[in-house]
Amino acid sequence: MAMLRNITIGQYVPGDSWIHRLDPRTKILATMALIALLFLVQSFPGYGFAALYVLAAVYVSKLPPRYVIRGLRPLLVIIILTLTLHIFMTDGRVLWQWGFISITWEGLVRGAMMGTRLVLLVLGTSILTLTTSPIHLTDGIESLLKPGKPIGIPAHELAMMMTIALRFIPTLLEETEKIMKAQMARGADFESGNLLQRAKNLIPLLVPLFISAFRRADDLAVAMEARGYRGGEGRTKFRELQFAVRDGACLAGVTVFTVVVSVLF
Amino acid sequence: MADALIEFRNVNHIYGKGTQQEWDALIDVSVSIRPGEFVAVLGHNGSGKSTLAKHANALLLPSSGCVLVDGMDTRDEETVWDIRQRVGMVFQNPDNQLVATTVEEDVAFGPENLGVPSPEIRRRVDEALLAVDMLEYRLHSPHQLSGGQKQRVAIAGMIAMRPKCIVLDEPTAMLDPVGRQEVMQTVRRLNEEENITVLHITHYMDEAIFADRILVMESGRIALEGTPAQVFSQVDTLYKLQLDVPQMTALAHRLNKRGFSLPADTLTVDELVNQLCQ
Repeated sequence: MAMLRNITIGQYVPGDSWIHRLDPRTKILATMALIALLFLVQSFPGYGFAALYVLAAVYVSKLPPRYVIRGLRPLLVIIILTLTLHIFMTDGRVLWQWGFISITWEGLVRGAMMGTRLVLLVLGTSILTLTTSPIHLTDGIESLLKPGKPIGIPAHELAMMMTIALRFIPTLLEETEKIMKAQMARGADFESGNLLQRAKNLIPLLVPLFISAFRRADDLAVAMEARGYRGGEGRTKFRELQFAVRDGACLAGVTVFTVVVSVLF
Repeated sequence: MADALIEFRNVNHIYGKGTQQEWDALIDVSVSIRPGEFVAVLGHNGSGKSTLAKHANALLLPSSGCVLVDGMDTRDEETVWDIRQRVGMVFQNPDNQLVATTVEEDVAFGPENLGVPSPEIRRRVDEALLAVDMLEYRLHSPHQLSGGQKQRVAIAGMIAMRPKCIVLDEPTAMLDPVGRQEVMQTVRRLNEEENITVLHITHYMDEAIFADRILVMESGRIALEGTPAQVFSQVDTLYKLQLDVPQMTALAHRLNKRGFSLPADTLTVDELVNQLCQ
């Protein structure tokens, strides 16, 4: 139960580093540049440069490195699986063989490359979420998607949805806890039995939760209308995003770096 | 009455028209709210008081009759947004009306919708939070606040839109006594100092004592209307409408039955003490 209270939304670590102060749009674009770079380069030196990029970002962000690395944990299984599949499933020069299992040189190389790519991908993107508060991230995404409006990208609506989701996650968690306690007081058991049994036991929890979520949605819609909400049209923003000199410098540096590295390697 | 801020003219509202559950929530209601007034609306559940409130800013439209806000008809689609800027509304559930992830963002939501330029929004947000005494919480997220604080933020969200009138639809029903007191103090101060018109829907009699005028609703009609003293002195009528009277009024009423002769419009402890000690 205490677990529910400990969930923090996103993983934002407040700070005042150079990266923290960058415009969220700059950070999103720089992250996208890293992703592109990781898929464009095909050699170890190329990955070396990408790793340098990520390390430099961690250093400048002043985040505790241990905290950044912890972000890899949920993906450990996927990384190991990718590594194993590539090592054992690639054809080529056989280094070691036991029955039908064989390890090839090409497999090792590709496995290592894939592994590095995934690790750098996760580390790079987590720097974005670690240094940017959810609110700024939402503002950044909205602002970047805005040019896509003529082709039907609902930028404002997506941002609004994200904001409301962020606003209501703690409220709904609190409510879940309340319902759980109420059900437990009447003898419900959420902690024993096999997986199937436990999943079944969650039904009496989910039904009231859903009903109340719909009621909340209804109330919120009326409240928003009463406060003059009518979609993104003609709406101003409380916090205007503003590109600073450092954003220009950062974007220029990142662009040059990405292009040069991906062309050369 | 040309000087009315909100005017209900023969308003009828029928829920589920033409269905089995057809139900007349408002029947021929005519009342006008003057600028600067503090009007309390009392009534038990289902008496139509909430429906009345929702007519004041065009969230509900009359089935017949009309509602005029500052001279604008709520049925006119072109002026709906002007009406909603003039008449703010605070709802019962403090959790379900805050939109944004921080207090200041939430207060900014209304002005953002109005298209107010951002430096001006900043100013209005600070002003509004100061008015409800929540400025120090401006960077908190709503779920870190108590119920009374959330309702004050909701009120600040209205103030930032610079309304002429605030409609409060049972804002204290889900709060503890401390929260209730916080909210009522804030509302009274806004009414007295900022001269904002208040339409306060409640079923707590004690909150209605401070009103300039009380409307008592009963099955869609206005059953009683007058100053708190006029309304609460009709103790037996109120009991018939399944409503309580303020504790001190009830006490005075019972003492009178035992042979005392206290004025029937006694509302507060101080008044009763003075009268008993004479």
